[in-house]
Amino acid sequence: MWSRADLFGALAFIAAAALAPAMPAWLVSLATIAFANALVVLGLIILWRTGLVPFGQALFYATGAYAVALLGRYTPIRDVFVVVFAGGLCAAFVAFLVGFLLARYREIFFAMLSLAMSMILYGVLVKTEALGSTDGFHVEAGTFFGWRPHGDALDLAMYWLTLGFGAAAAGFVSLYFRTVAGALAIPVRDNEIRLEFLGISVNRLIHLELVIAATLAGIGGALAALAVEHVDPDMAYWTTSGGFVFVTILAGTASVAAAFVASFVFEMVRSIAVDILPNTWQIILGSALLLTILFLPDGLGSLFGRLAQTGKSTKKSVGEAAEKAGK
Amino acid sequence: MLTAFAIVTDGLVYAAYLFLVAAGLSLIFGVMKILNVAHGSFYAFGAYGAATAVGIYFGRGWPDAGGFLFMIVLAMAIGMVVGLVLERGVLRLVYGRDEIVIVLVTYACFLILEDTITLIWGAQSYAAYQPMVAAGDIEIGDLILSNYDIGLVAIASLVAITAYWALNYTRWGRLLTVVIYDRETAAVFGVNVRLVYTVTFVIGAMLGALGGAMMAPKISVTLGIGVEVIVLAFAVVAIGGMGSIEGAVLGAVIVGLCRAAAVHLVPQLELFVIYAVMALVLIFRPYGLFSQAAPRKI
Repeated sequence: MWSRADLFGALAFIAAAALAPAMPAWLVSLATIAFANALVVLGLIILWRTGLVPFGQALFYATGAYAVALLGRYTPIRDVFVVVFAGGLCAAFVAFLVGFLLARYREIFFAMLSLAMSMILYGVLVKTEALGSTDGFHVEAGTFFGWRPHGDALDLAMYWLTLGFGAAAAGFVSLYFRTVAGALAIPVRDNEIRLEFLGISVNRLIHLELVIAATLAGIGGALAALAVEHVDPDMAYWTTSGGFVFVTILAGTASVAAAFVASFVFEMVRSIAVDILPNTWQIILGSALLLTILFLPDGLGSLFGRLAQTGKSTKKSVGEAAEKAGK
Repeated sequence: MLTAFAIVTDGLVYAAYLFLVAAGLSLIFGVMKILNVAHGSFYAFGAYGAATAVGIYFGRGWPDAGGFLFMIVLAMAIGMVVGLVLERGVLRLVYGRDEIVIVLVTYACFLILEDTITLIWGAQSYAAYQPMVAAGDIEIGDLILSNYDIGLVAIASLVAITAYWALNYTRWGRLLTVVIYDRETAAVFGVNVRLVYTVTFVIGAMLGALGGAMMAPKISVTLGIGVEVIVLAFAVVAIGGMGSIEGAVLGAVIVGLCRAAAVHLVPQLELFVIYAVMALVLIFRPYGLFSQAAPRKI
């Protein structure tokens, strides 16, 4: 059931957790956000294997984040495990509802409709004074089973919490890929009608994937909100979704661990670029994205993939090229 | 009554703006099947170009009409250069790749172009209100309308009619239709598809820049103006049906009127209403109002 890649992944997570006390404070905060976002990317990878790229995943990210923020504001519930799960559940519920609509669409239309959904939430958040309008509002710090850390201790605790959720999600997603539903993703992308003729409802499969991806995005958003201790409508804006898709391209679909590496690389590149070129960092990000698409079409994950499962990803891209030529 | 009249006029002015930015996006999608995120940058380049032109021209006592012309010509020239560079320099390399991958390529271009604007024009904002003032106002009953807004609607209508005529009644338009219908067959029959692509993309870019130029006097030209335009143009094009000029007109009018109604009646819904309309249309007409569903290929 468990392969050598999983073992490496587990070791990497343990190493990342053990190294934390020795890391500088800025790196801990950066890695926390990077790994929280990696959860969203994991969800996008699930969808992307089916050939779907949502340009509105920020809808679920913001739902998770605002759920945590609202719990902190209106209820006495502060426990991080409870509020993070609540964030994931809220996002899952929203995905369950919009999924009835979204799951009927493919390709560009899926991307555009999910974009519209997230912009609806953005519009609502911006115009709602009670939720702080464009400024957003403060998020209460969480407690860990009654323990209430402050300062550096809180940052470290948030880092470990995010890492823990990340490890659990990575394990869950790699298990999911080995289930029947997970294995159906590539056939859906290759030829949906063939699957329908075999008696499989592709729409229901995509609906399920949407809910899983949204749950992950909600948990990611909840963790990010707790780590930054602030939420604002930009979390639902299309550029946020664009950033997630960017990282997904960087990661590729070949490996679960790649989501974390790519998210970390993305945050590092961004913060270094902002540091060196405060006014023109987007040029660096854009160029990085362009170069990735041109020269590493299967993402960073394909680099691990070449070590772990030689040739699989190249075979796939050859198959795609052949299919293109045949069209 | 006055409110109703205001909603219609505001709605039409907003629709004119939406059509100008959506037309280029729709054209590029229709012909090349590229959903061009960088279209917002064309708009921004056009707006900055126009602001520069206004800064150079107005205040010297030269005739106002020349100023309008200079503003539009400079913006469209910039749009042409940027479009040409993007198509020849970047997009040419990714033709044939997955549609979604090309969307991401244009997203990367958008990020790069956003900062290119900062590099050229700096981070400060520009005011280009002079043409708006020079055009003056007109009173119709109790309502004061800006002549500039009327001109905006006129230019948008002119672009729509020209595009419709060019697509349906000229040799070039027929060639475009052939390429839209089947790219490979067109190539086999000797249509220079590459050239059609380049010209289409450049025209789309110039239309985007024209939209920016026309809006520059009405807004504060500042960083990030392209970001919002992209999603608005997407919404219009998705409602109308991608690649259809009639659709872009109808989409722009629907969104324009709905937004104007929201602004005048329930201001809280202003942003919400545009995307709600888009979602609603897509529920019933997944490919937009003016587009026919493509058969699924087995």
